[in-house]
Amino acid sequence: MEQVAHGDKDAFSTLYDHLAPLVFGVVSRVVRDRAQSEEVAQEVMLEVWRQAARYRPEVGKVTTWVATIAHRRAVDRVRSAQAAADREHAQAVRDRSRPFDDVVERVETRLESEQVRRCLRGLTELQRQAVTLSYYRGLTYREVAETLRAPLPTIKTRMRDGLIRLRDCMGVTT
Amino acid sequence: MKQHEDVHTLAAAYALNALAADERDAFAAHLGDCEACRLEAAEFEATAARLAAAAAQPPPAAMKERVMSSVDGVRQLPPRLSATTTPVRPRGPLRRQAAAFAIAAAVAAAASFGGLAAWQYQQGERARDQAAQAEERLRDISAVLTADDARTVRGRTTNGATTTIVASRAHDMAVLTASGLPAPASGAVYQLWLDHDGTMLPAGFLHGDGAVLVEGDTSDASAVGLTLEPAGGSEEPTTTPLLLMPMPG
Ligand SMILES: [Zn+2]
Repeated sequence: MEQVAHGDKDAFSTLYDHLAPLVFGVVSRVVRDRAQSEEVAQEVMLEVWRQAARYRPEVGKVTTWVATIAHRRAVDRVRSAQAAADREHAQAVRDRSRPFDDVVERVETRLESEQVRRCLRGLTELQRQAVTLSYYRGLTYREVAETLRAPLPTIKTRMRDGLIRLRDCMGVTT
Repeated sequence: MKQHEDVHTLAAAYALNALAADERDAFAAHLGDCEACRLEAAEFEATAARLAAAAAQPPPAAMKERVMSSVDGVRQLPPRLSATTTPVRPRGPLRRQAAAFAIAAAVAAAASFGGLAAWQYQQGERARDQAAQAEERLRDISAVLTADDARTVRGRTTNGATTTIVASRAHDMAVLTASGLPAPASGAVYQLWLDHDGTMLPAGFLHGDGAVLVEGDTSDASAVGLTLEPAGGSEEPTTTPLLLMPMPG
């Protein structure tokens, strides 16, 4: 990372190989459209190059830093498109996510990591839906509440409980 | 405040990006003041990163070529320096005045957002006004205003504000300051533009009087424009420019 920060393109090429699958994968999950996902993923990789000197190892791992940038960019893309399409996206998600079980099922089986799949299965139904609908679909917790027809405070709580369980199950440290 | 006890429970929604933009900004500001939430948010972001890694898939091969060929055109940001290593040495009355103005505006912005967010990165046009970014902008603005090669052009908008552009080729940046700018009608924003061979490219927003860094490639632009646009901005100008100033030569 330090070499990348000093403008070393070979180091960036190596970093690209390491991170691009994560970036493209998470962006594709949220953005869905392949061409747009590629565009956003490209922007994210260029952002990593641009911001390399600002990465602070004491805050967290490189993958966390990059995943945070990628997910936020993807969500921003979906939400700006959503604003333009007058909340069409939320409606589309509501349509797509009925029945919810199917969505969650598909999300899980398509995951690469056995550990993440297993840990997701360890959540309650509502915790799992709250986490996966927001993270993999880019919904706000308000939209998740609408989609699941559950009260807002409940969704907030489930999201938090769900992440705590995932964190502990996966043994996440920063 | 009524919301206050509630705010500590938002780290999960924040890490999942499940907050609306205004809530996200408010929580990012809260992170600056609340060690507990900052730690929790960092752990949750690390957890979310595992969800991201689990979704990994091979990107199209052509993407790497495009990224690698684009990096030459992308200026890398310098590491963040501590404030004491970038003393502000204004030269000349205008610069001193402009610098003081810019610094006051940036410090006000920093103060109102409370502190540092967990991650210090900037997201271009969608940048959230967090303290860290305000500090970074402050440093960039100071660097332009005090640059040895700083050049200045002054103008006036058709709705009565006075404006100044200070540009530095060495820093490859330009700063626009405005004073006396009327508040835009509700639902409208002031958007900046850079004229590249007759094509107007978005160059950020002006949130009232003060100084902003003009976003985008300022070195090749011939002029800076200002228009009123619907909230969120436009891809290209949709109203008559209030201002079109040549870039300082
Ligand atoms: Zn807190």
